[in-house]
Amino acid sequence: MSGLSRLAVLGAGHVGPVIARLAIKAGYPVAIATSGDPEDIALITELVIPGAQPRWASDAVAEADIVVLAIPLHRFLDVDPALLNGKLVVDAMNYWPVSDGALEPFEDGGSSEVVAGRLAGSAVVKALNHIGYHELEDRARPAGAPDRRAAGVAGDDPAAVATIAGLVDRIGYEPVRLESLRAGRVLQPGGPVFGVVLTRPEFERAVREDARSLA
Amino acid sequence: MTYTFGLDTFGDRNGDADGKPASHAQTIRNVAEEGVFAEQAGVDFFGIGEHHTEYFPMPAGDVVLAAIAARTEKIRLGSAVTVLSSDDPVRVFQRYSTLNAISGGRAEVILGRGSSIESFPLFGYDLADYEELFEEKATLFAELLKGGPVTWEGKTRAPLLNQDVVPHTESGPFPAWIGVGGNPQSVIRAARLGFSLMLAIIGGPPARFAAYSQLFQRALEKFGRPPLPVGVHSPGHVAATDEQAKAEFWPRWREIIALLAPERGFALPTEESFDWETGPHGALYVGSPDTVAQKIATNLRALGATRFDLKYGMPGLTHDQLMTNIELYGRRVIPRVRELLS
Repeated sequence: MSGLSRLAVLGAGHVGPVIARLAIKAGYPVAIATSGDPEDIALITELVIPGAQPRWASDAVAEADIVVLAIPLHRFLDVDPALLNGKLVVDAMNYWPVSDGALEPFEDGGSSEVVAGRLAGSAVVKALNHIGYHELEDRARPAGAPDRRAAGVAGDDPAAVATIAGLVDRIGYEPVRLESLRAGRVLQPGGPVFGVVLTRPEFERAVREDARSLA
Repeated sequence: MTYTFGLDTFGDRNGDADGKPASHAQTIRNVAEEGVFAEQAGVDFFGIGEHHTEYFPMPAGDVVLAAIAARTEKIRLGSAVTVLSSDDPVRVFQRYSTLNAISGGRAEVILGRGSSIESFPLFGYDLADYEELFEEKATLFAELLKGGPVTWEGKTRAPLLNQDVVPHTESGPFPAWIGVGGNPQSVIRAARLGFSLMLAIIGGPPARFAAYSQLFQRALEKFGRPPLPVGVHSPGHVAATDEQAKAEFWPRWREIIALLAPERGFALPTEESFDWETGPHGALYVGSPDTVAQKIATNLRALGATRFDLKYGMPGLTHDQLMTNIELYGRRVIPRVRELLS
């Protein structure tokens, strides 16, 4: 129907359906998948994510331009990197030991850097991880709205970051680009913008002050 | 349509009039008094949520419920919630089946995780195993509820072979719910296992949960089960006027969210966000009896729900404030909601 990228959202828990609904509303064709049979999420899709196609993960990914990872981080460790080879991957996951338990591979540094390290054949962009799933829909606003809020988009591949910045913009947030996954650590739990929904100037100020405090 | 109205507490540590915290022991005795008074005020259900913290010193709510059972006759008594993942389903069944015996068939249980994650390290469980623990244990609990010998094998506890688990209930399974916070796959699980659905709504517009309610009923059909009730659990505080209720609740709400924010990812509330949440479209039921009643009636209708549990109290509120809340909820709010829904 449109020239927009095709999305595959992996995960039908708290976060996946919210991102899928926002993307559908913005006009993207969206497939949703879990680790299991699409039949298991057919009812969820019909009632909670109308407009999305429930698929097997491999089929959803094969036909997608953008793959959104919205699964618990410990489940990511079971994902075969070959599945995502050559894809633009949005990492919406978080390493949040106090809430979800400790995971050894993620003990140091940035979780998206670890994700990117495991997905060597994919372009990984960190986005849509730092606004709570219970707020992500309510706070979305079209471009130009006075109460529009900011969302961070971080990655090492500028073209991939630009594409995801476009997605974030269309689903209702002012994209703030961060130049690397390393810089995207500010979006993580414990970082200055995690769990708070800020305007662009507030967001940029919080990120700047954080950088200064680390310097 | 039969509606049921409850009060839930986490054993929120009371303050005294000067703001000094009451002891844990005094807070627990106060909860027992509040449960007994809830029956006198006309409340249908009194629930105690499992927590293990300094400000929610309530790890053994079933013991407190037993004390309330001994002093009451009608009010239903249950957990809200039992953190099943870090407990043994056999023991949970035994404790609540015992409560059911003592109370003459008034026990219920709500299974879930709630806001409680401190039980995992306390009892030696890994939070990363949460999903597997809950799935297995909820499945076993559904078997135990049926009564009769149980044969079960899994990874999370010792197997059972044709095991008779006592005490037997006198008249079939007691009501059991699964508390769900926003994961549609948890809704499907509740339907698959035959538990009722308790929607825990603590922020944002409650109406967005309407799809979950439909999903639950459709999933019950798919699994060949009869319809089961949907309930709503939300925080709030009732006082004589909107202004008084908000003035009493706001500082305590701000404190507790600030305390929980680092582990739960909550945004810190502002006076503006608090006004929105306590307004007609938000999730907090804070206000005069009429304000709260209107909001309950509106949301029960929107969600196709027949049960409402007000999570009353907050750490630092006084026992007297809570008793006033209970009295107004039982004598003014509940009759008004019934009137609005009839």
